[in-house]
Amino acid sequence: MKYQFESQRVSYPYFVAAMLLFGAQIVFGLLIGAQYLWPDLLFPAIPFNIGRMIHINLLVVWLIFGFMGAAYYLLPEEVEGEIYSTKLAMVQFWLFLAGGAAAIVGYLFRWHDGREFLEQPTIIKIGIVIVVLMFIFNMIMTMLRGRRRTSISIVLLIGFLGLAVFYLFAFYKPANMTVDKYYWWWVVHLWVEGVWELIMAAFLSFLLIKLTGIDREVAEKWLYVIVGLTFLTGIIGTGHHYYWIGTPAFWQTWGAWFSAIEVLPFAAMVAFSFKMVGKRARLHPNRAAVLWTVGAAVLSFLGAGVWGFMHTLPQINFYTHGTQITASHGHLAFYGAYAVIVLAMASYAVPNLRKTTGIITHQKQEVFAFWTMAVSMLFIALALTGAGIVQVYLQRVLGISYMETQAYMGLFYGIRLFFGVTFAIGLAVYLYDFFFPGRSKSLNAA
Amino acid sequence: MTKMSARNMFIVATVAVTAVFLYLTYLSHVAFTAMTNPDDITPQVAHGKEVWEKHACINCHTLLGEGAYYAPELGNVIERRGEPFLRTVLETTAVQGWGATRRMPRFDLSAEDIDGLVEFFKWMNRVDTNNWPPNKEG
Repeated sequence: MKYQFESQRVSYPYFVAAMLLFGAQIVFGLLIGAQYLWPDLLFPAIPFNIGRMIHINLLVVWLIFGFMGAAYYLLPEEVEGEIYSTKLAMVQFWLFLAGGAAAIVGYLFRWHDGREFLEQPTIIKIGIVIVVLMFIFNMIMTMLRGRRRTSISIVLLIGFLGLAVFYLFAFYKPANMTVDKYYWWWVVHLWVEGVWELIMAAFLSFLLIKLTGIDREVAEKWLYVIVGLTFLTGIIGTGHHYYWIGTPAFWQTWGAWFSAIEVLPFAAMVAFSFKMVGKRARLHPNRAAVLWTVGAAVLSFLGAGVWGFMHTLPQINFYTHGTQITASHGHLAFYGAYAVIVLAMASYAVPNLRKTTGIITHQKQEVFAFWTMAVSMLFIALALTGAGIVQVYLQRVLGISYMETQAYMGLFYGIRLFFGVTFAIGLAVYLYDFFFPGRSKSLNAA
Repeated sequence: MTKMSARNMFIVATVAVTAVFLYLTYLSHVAFTAMTNPDDITPQVAHGKEVWEKHACINCHTLLGEGAYYAPELGNVIERRGEPFLRTVLETTAVQGWGATRRMPRFDLSAEDIDGLVEFFKWMNRVDTNNWPPNKEG
């Protein structure tokens, strides 16, 4: 199906940038994954701390590119009107790309701040705030001028407003490390276990309406249930980060109860997507998009829900806190929830945006890429869980030193790297198909 | 349940949990005085924190369990290794880096930076972490 509004095409460069940065993210992921086995690799040119900084910053930047691109695609169809200013959207695109690139290249030359994930130098942080404000202004104006106001667009707006507001805590750097950590989580936790879930749920609802033809009233009722559960559980659920950092012990009670039910919004997303796909009024020709959409619900349930629950209770977290268990959860949760929902939006939107619009050429490759990446990431999480169990037992229970313990974890780091490589193969197929859809088509024909 | 009732539940739940969360944040601030010894945050400790950030230590190490998992926990490093050993590591790092495998890169550390880091780690060690980590190996 061709795009319905001319201004939707402004989303295309956002998806392109997201995919290129995704590729770069995985290159750095492979590098630091390999450094666990061969610590001298590229040392000291790109030591682990710089590689990891780039790996995670690229993740965040490409996800936000994806969120914004997906929003620019979704908004005109939701509000039934053009984007307020495509020019502003393009200025914002180049500003964000320049800022993101400057940050990443700067990291290689040790130009960075030093708080985890918030390493962007202050000037880049200010640039990010300006970019997000430009985006939100454009979004609000588009909504005001549109012919209708939908719950999906409103929830999406709340998500982006939250993203902007909570990022402001990145500017607060108290000398007291406990206070620093306390508000650092207002950026990190309230993003990924709060407002980002609103963005994800809005995309999920939009995709299910488009792909299954279900009634909008039903989808939007589900959407409010999902985001209601998100905030109900996730806001006080922040407390599961306040067990051991100099914060009062009452957080062990509040954090445990509320974060234990953080799985509910993800369970609701699984129920929602299966129910809607089961009852679908039509079979959409873009079956890869359906797969990505249902995949986002299922993989986020596993990664964020199940793997999160695994170590959220203080009685368990006392032993697992700061081990590879956390890393295993982080990988599957971020991929399953946010990477896959952006890929789902791209899978649905990009074929509609191309010059030969509406022609879906690349189903086989995308389905292959979906399963390769999903299974690989699941095994990466399992390998790191294995590493984490060894670490918890040797270091936390038996009291063996950190470095000695690491020597026993090599097998699991090896398995993780192997599945990192298979993930990269899946991604390579995906990206080749994304950038050369014509050739995929001829392959299909042959 | 209708869409409107779902929306209203979303609004009520959000307002209620936000109010509780902000109240618990207030109580946390009250507790920070006893738990984190803010009066002991000297200019040296503050400088140590800046040095810690300047070299992005958190992207290999953990501090109270938060950070990367590529190098040892440092919240209790003073207790685990003692000040003389810590100074040896930092002084060696300033010249040539540290370690045989998973080496720490050479960092440009002045004598003032090293003093600051040591004071910072001493302050960190006294933060009341509800008895975490389980043992001194971190």
